Amino acid sequence: MKYQSQAVALPYFVAAIGLFVGQIIFGLILGLQYVVGDFLFPEIPFNVARMVHTNLLIVWLLFGFMGAAYYLVPEESETELFSPKLALVLFWVFLVAGALTIVGYLTVDYATLAQYTGNDILATMGREFLEQPLLTKVGIVVVALAFLFNISMTVLKGRKTAINIVLLLGLWGLAIFFLFSFYNPTNLVLDKYYWWWVVHLWVEGVWELIMAALLAFVLIKVTGVDREVIEKWLYVIIALALVTGIVGTGHHYYWIGTPEYWQWWGSIFSALEPIPFFAMTVFAFNMVNRRRREHPNQAAVLWALGTGVMAFLGAGVWGFLHTLAPVNYYTHGSQITAAHGHMAFYGAYVMVVITIISYAMPILRGRACNSRKAQVLEMWSFWLMTIAMVFITLFLTAAGILQVWLQRVSDTPLSFMAVQEQVSLFYWMREWTGVVFFIGLLCYLASFFIKGEEAPAKA
Amino acid sequence: MSGTFTKAMARNIFYGGTVFFFLLFLALTFDTTSNLPKTDNRHNITPAVAAGKHIWETRNCLGCHTLLGEGAYYAPELGNVYKRRGPEFIKAWMQSQPTGTPGRRQMPNFNLSEEDLNNLVEFLKYTSEINTQNWPPNIEG
Repeated sequence: MKYQSQAVALPYFVAAIGLFVGQIIFGLILGLQYVVGDFLFPEIPFNVARMVHTNLLIVWLLFGFMGAAYYLVPEESETELFSPKLALVLFWVFLVAGALTIVGYLTVDYATLAQYTGNDILATMGREFLEQPLLTKVGIVVVALAFLFNISMTVLKGRKTAINIVLLLGLWGLAIFFLFSFYNPTNLVLDKYYWWWVVHLWVEGVWELIMAALLAFVLIKVTGVDREVIEKWLYVIIALALVTGIVGTGHHYYWIGTPEYWQWWGSIFSALEPIPFFAMTVFAFNMVNRRRREHPNQAAVLWALGTGVMAFLGAGVWGFLHTLAPVNYYTHGSQITAAHGHMAFYGAYVMVVITIISYAMPILRGRACNSRKAQVLEMWSFWLMTIAMVFITLFLTAAGILQVWLQRVSDTPLSFMAVQEQVSLFYWMREWTGVVFFIGLLCYLASFFIKGEEAPAKA
Repeated sequence: MSGTFTKAMARNIFYGGTVFFFLLFLALTFDTTSNLPKTDNRHNITPAVAAGKHIWETRNCLGCHTLLGEGAYYAPELGNVYKRRGPEFIKAWMQSQPTGTPGRRQMPNFNLSEEDLNNLVEFLKYTSEINTQNWPPNIEG
């Protein structure tokens, strides 16, 4: 590690992985509740388990992004972090607040939680992904601002690279668009319209800046390709991402009470949204093929390449599948959405965070890379989790196509619950594949504890 | 290509493109908000509807159901449930939960008062009258 203060990334990465494990355990509970409806009822109803599953995902990715920033920014800026102490204080504040929120979800009923945490002062709860109590939301803003202050000051006093600037833009955007989570008008159409300013403009906007910056950083490190080349690609990719993605928000505005013209704007721009992901895949493979050295951390290279491919499949292909308005008319809010959501989040954000952890963690632990044995196990975890996610997506897609047919296309449409019973076979297969994913995750955890000789760089 | 297409050009395309398309998005947003009164059924928003939305949110209904297609996919779409089932069925259904049928998906009983139930129904009625461009495709949601 080049700079002492990069060490603060370590607790962030550990927390991220710990919360990831929690997220997957709740995913397995949810998958089982799909087929054994009364599993854990009334102790953990589906809506509570789902809230824990999705909120843990968001929080652990945020931990990952922050850890990545603390690792990457000093090295890119060629200066120590502005305040490592502040970074550590924020770590504990965020972890405790996050843990208390999850405990709140699990132990207090939601209406009581809302009452205790000030939802009557400013009602923001009970909207998908933004279920956090007001107190938690305020906490997120405070932590985010202090974090941004720390990172921005570091960049200001050091070297400004394209990677640094793009990452900063992404992180600032993340904080600014989160402010729309405080706006919750009674008018449901307006509520939904601006809800997407957080949700879509995060995952298909500013998060992509963060993702591209992290990927570019790791690719520079593991390939030794000229920075100028990689930074030029970085700008091209994020330009494509925002040019298509901002107006692409329109694909969420088809059926929520907005004017009909959104069907055109949404369809056209979101049809272009796979392009940046395709470019990212080409970019990653291109850079690895043009590499000037063989980096000893082959596991990190594998994760970096996997990120490109899986983000393209999940966000690009599976997104395009149901993004055109005439198609979306039938698939909106079905299991097709769930299929796309799973693969897109895994491919884009889960994998990019694991990529940077895979690259940085050995260095933070005082070595260039892990032993050959540890890397082999990590690569096993890559294949287990990735292939499991491919099959989870395929099974959910099959369930979704059947659901759409039986419930919305057929001449004698069945009711929602009748359809759910018809497709339960696919839910069972999804659940078993989820178990395989979990085994992959356990392999990933185990790889951290395997010792042995550092893998030498291949000639 | 590498000779003519420089990093500075790529950077300018990024900043220019982002600003241009964000402004376009803002313009569309402005146009949408000024047109919304025609489609969003706002003239039917009463205090009861507002109270009903509050019940909807503080019981985390979206954690299982979809509303106009957004939410969880575990339980039926409720954007049009008022038209599918009618007010009395909705209230009776909520009061009879959970069914306790072994293996079947369960909905918690939220112990809502008569007034709360009426407000929730009002909210679902208002939602069902938003102009959603004929979505969902049929009454089954």
